[in-house]
Amino acid sequence: MSKCVCVVAEYRAGDFRRVAYEVASEGKRIADILGTNVCAVLVGSNVMDKAPTLGRYGVDKVYVADDPALENYLPETHVPVIADLIKKCDPALVLLSASVDGKDLSARLSARLEEGLVQDCTEIVVDGGKIKVKKPIYAGKCLAWSQWAEGAMPLISCRPNVMSCMAPMEDKKAEVEKVDVAVPQARSSVTGLELDTSGRVGLSGAEIIVSGGRGMKEASNFSILEELAKLLGAAVGASRAAVDSGWRPHADQVGQTGKVVNPNLYIAAGISGAIQHLAGMGSSKFIVAINKDADAPIFSKADYGIVEDLFAFIPALTEEVRKLKSTCS
Amino acid sequence: MNIVVVLKQTPDTESVIRIAADGKSVVTDGFKWIINPYDEFAVEAALRLKQQHGGTVTILSYGPQRVVESIRTALAMGADNAVMIADDAIESYGRLKLAKAVAAAIKQLNADIVLMGSRAVDYDMAQRGPMVAEFLDWPHLPLAVSIECDGSKVTIQRPIEGGKVTMQSTLPVLVTFGGSHAVWNPRYASLPGIMKAKKKPLATKSLADLGLDAAEFTPDKAKVRNISLEMPAERAAGRIINGDLDTAGKAAELVRVLHEEAKVI
Repeated sequence: MSKCVCVVAEYRAGDFRRVAYEVASEGKRIADILGTNVCAVLVGSNVMDKAPTLGRYGVDKVYVADDPALENYLPETHVPVIADLIKKCDPALVLLSASVDGKDLSARLSARLEEGLVQDCTEIVVDGGKIKVKKPIYAGKCLAWSQWAEGAMPLISCRPNVMSCMAPMEDKKAEVEKVDVAVPQARSSVTGLELDTSGRVGLSGAEIIVSGGRGMKEASNFSILEELAKLLGAAVGASRAAVDSGWRPHADQVGQTGKVVNPNLYIAAGISGAIQHLAGMGSSKFIVAINKDADAPIFSKADYGIVEDLFAFIPALTEEVRKLKSTCS
Repeated sequence: MNIVVVLKQTPDTESVIRIAADGKSVVTDGFKWIINPYDEFAVEAALRLKQQHGGTVTILSYGPQRVVESIRTALAMGADNAVMIADDAIESYGRLKLAKAVAAAIKQLNADIVLMGSRAVDYDMAQRGPMVAEFLDWPHLPLAVSIECDGSKVTIQRPIEGGKVTMQSTLPVLVTFGGSHAVWNPRYASLPGIMKAKKKPLATKSLADLGLDAAEFTPDKAKVRNISLEMPAERAAGRIINGDLDTAGKAAELVRVLHEEAKVI
């Protein structure tokens, strides 16, 4: 059998992250085309119990480094350990997560292995046995296809929420090999990890996002968006204008200098649609724009447009959503 | 403290992107060129570190002659001097080669700390910082939205999905920057700053000056090649919810289409 497809499975706070399953599923899809198997690399602390469950997403064998020093992602420790495990797999290509940690890991790993990386891929194609990938550039204003030089081992980080996750094969367990690794001494360390337990939905991974822009006029007015978002189980985002005005935290910024998002539904309230914002949300599946200016550029991207004052319309919309939710439940 | 900021020049984020005739590059005519915003945040952080600890801020950039304008802007913001790896085609040699050249230049600068953006707003590869750190064999602290330094130790905060992480390292260290304009509020160049910047030292280096073998730095040696570009699929024209309805009517109609047609709520 030809060389395997290797997937690096992202793990945090006691479990795999969803993107790990997406990457494993994509690895399985490619391995089937190439006629080979899927190996996974798993690094963390107390991860042995969970390792076999990757089999449900098509992984045949998992190489595990389990050490208390590998609890949290730290480039200095994770990169050399993961590089050694990848060499043990001796794969044809490696798939990783283009998550916050995953992108950082992928880049440093690329230098350590001296192999070429394409980050944040949204599509992988096997073309005559050769791998070809697509990634958005200029925050999605354009898409770039890349290929690797002859004999290279492609490193590919996959954008979360894009590649589909297979239906888990409940009874399938992956073979597990625990590898003894020497975790390098590090000069850097993780000194704090705070996970948000408020239950508020974050922008990354949100299925619905309600965003406000300059038209919100002031910080306190975002409460009407918060209320609508809560009913919809949505995250609240903001345009650069709203963040620069100090109305919303930077973590909520959607656009070329913020987050690129791809929810099922994006509701833009009081956002005119500067090109840098459109780049960040243009790949959302459905876009609703609410703006009192009928000429606002946001309407050119919207599936549904409402020309109304948002301060009148959002409360009316919230009321209608409340009615819908009460009849559905 | 010897502070180095790595700076890339990118098109302004308001730029309209069109594909060039070769099918694999973008039309650059009419672009307004700026300092990559994330690198600009690093310049601001560097100037604040200098205010606290003294020392010098050196700008390290690369690319064609037009990059000089962005270097001068950073000098006008308050950086002390600059080094430019002058090579028109440096980006065509691949990300690994670029990172090697940057690492080689940093070695000549005897830096205590190296700062740069976590990503660039053009190709958004998010590779340069971690790669340079690996080639220097230094620790790196990724995606900082705050930075503190006591002279020997650096502490940053970084956002992750659903939380935040605090990280620390001893010097020397490389830090990459995230956040936004609202977080870093990078200073503008003052008029006296712009005048002074014209006289600040800017050294130009070739790959050979950095001790690198130019024969290894060619497009055909790149591990990854950009083969083609395409524009994203145009969205079908949207529809404006019936303007004859009153506010409540439009809201009801919108909820109906989202629930029954789009099936997203």
